[in-house]
Amino acid sequence: MSVIDIRNLTKKYEVEGNTVVALDNINLSIEKGDVYGIIGMSGAGKSTLVRSINYLEKPTEGSILIDGVNLSELSARKLRKMRSGIGMIFQGFNLLEQKNVIGNVCFPLELIGVSKKEASKRARELLKLVKLEDKERAYPSQLSGGQKQRVAIARALATNPRILLCDEATSALDPQTTASILKLLKEINESLGITIVVITHQMSVVEKICGKVAIIDGGKLVESGVVEDIFASPKSDAAKELISGNDIRYTPVKQMAAQDTIRIVFRDNSAYEPVLANAILKLGHPINILKANTQNIGGKAVGEMILGLPSDERVSKEITEYFREAGLTVTEGIINE
Amino acid sequence: MNEQVIKMLLEGIKDTLYMTLGSVIIGYIIGLPLGILLYVTGKAGLNPNRFIYRVVDFICNIIRSIPFLILLILLIPFTRMIVGKSYGSTATIVPLVICSAPYIARVVEAALNEVDTGVIEAAKAMGANSFQIVVKVLLVEARTSLISGFTITTGILLGYSAMSGTVGGGGLGDIAVRYGYYRWQTDIMIITVVLLIVIFQIIQMIGTRIATGLDRRKRKGN
Repeated sequence: MSVIDIRNLTKKYEVEGNTVVALDNINLSIEKGDVYGIIGMSGAGKSTLVRSINYLEKPTEGSILIDGVNLSELSARKLRKMRSGIGMIFQGFNLLEQKNVIGNVCFPLELIGVSKKEASKRARELLKLVKLEDKERAYPSQLSGGQKQRVAIARALATNPRILLCDEATSALDPQTTASILKLLKEINESLGITIVVITHQMSVVEKICGKVAIIDGGKLVESGVVEDIFASPKSDAAKELISGNDIRYTPVKQMAAQDTIRIVFRDNSAYEPVLANAILKLGHPINILKANTQNIGGKAVGEMILGLPSDERVSKEITEYFREAGLTVTEGIINE
Repeated sequence: MNEQVIKMLLEGIKDTLYMTLGSVIIGYIIGLPLGILLYVTGKAGLNPNRFIYRVVDFICNIIRSIPFLILLILLIPFTRMIVGKSYGSTATIVPLVICSAPYIARVVEAALNEVDTGVIEAAKAMGANSFQIVVKVLLVEARTSLISGFTITTGILLGYSAMSGTVGGGGLGDIAVRYGYYRWQTDIMIITVVLLIVIFQIIQMIGTRIATGLDRRKRKGN
């Protein structure tokens, strides 16, 4: 049974008489212990999706099941109880500005009636986990962005949740701080076995910590699966766009589009072999490198290249075949209109 | 200045403080829940309810648009019904409360509106109910603006209590009108004015001190 089961989720808003479809028939299952990325451009509907998981947004149609329990069937009181078992962190941290660090971490426990002494004890454990044990008396205004997010993580974990929802949790942070927060989330996932849902618009975040990913575009789920597979052979435009970091649909590069372009992906050991150099030496045709990138995904070297091939169809076919034989994934180049 | 005048002025200070603090406290007992109700039922509130909001909003606007001196006179029968007489400092508290409660409701609503919606959302995500959000999040996070609002309201009520002196309300305003206006004793009038200024300054100073002292947002360093 999935920890989170999203079935036929549709969310519509009425804005000045017009109906806006924020989410369109989303189906998604998230298993226990997953670090699941939900990625999309801003306005794609991903925040609405994550807010639906704990029913901060009520779906217009469809249902959300947490451990098999349909949230729409819960009373207000039971829903609140369910929510206290789902931690959530935000882009803006959302700490209580008038409470100090330990007060913030104790807050969710205070809400469910845990005694002050017990709450403080639990809060200190968590502050140790997020490495902020020396800041318990500080107020949020005295902390850096990264420290604030660590406090928010400790607060989200206070009630021992099974699920942690991260709504653009690193989007307001610099790259270094982002890396340390992601590392912390990964550690939490591994040591506590908490299922983590990560909402982001950055592919780099997904690559660093997620095992699986779903791509949301225009309120629709366009693609989902294992991160490595999606990165190697993205099918949807949105996925290609997010991986390349370019807005392929709106900024076509005419010069490049004039050539035949292909995208090759290196996986496993092929990243260490000089495949491209071999191809040029063996086939004797020029190959133009338009873009190249190598990343470490789940401990494996995965690289991608966008290549411009000679316009002769026979030659380009020959080259493509060569790459396929060398064990690379070859897809159509993404620099097109 | 003879002993009698000093005694009278001390009595006036006591009456003024009694009216001001009495009306601000009772005003808050009525205005604070009203302000919370306005916030909760408002457009971006916890439980938006257009009907309740419109009704409370309308009543608040009506009362606030009546000049205090007119309200004072209009309410004489009502005051007599509640206190038993229409003059004196206790009787003055009635119109002061009626006048301040809607004003307080607005001040409270504005203070609560300043609270970051993200924090409220975080509390909801933690499973807080509406009561907990109001008591443990809104009133705590907005406390600085609430106290500033309280100080401003107290200052206004101090002025209004003096104004009620014109209709026999008691306190320093009453003394100023009786001696300064009817008897041409300018010195006594000046003394009452100075006393009112001093009282106002003290209220403002205490209010600002408490508000900044309780604010954890701007504190620098560790």
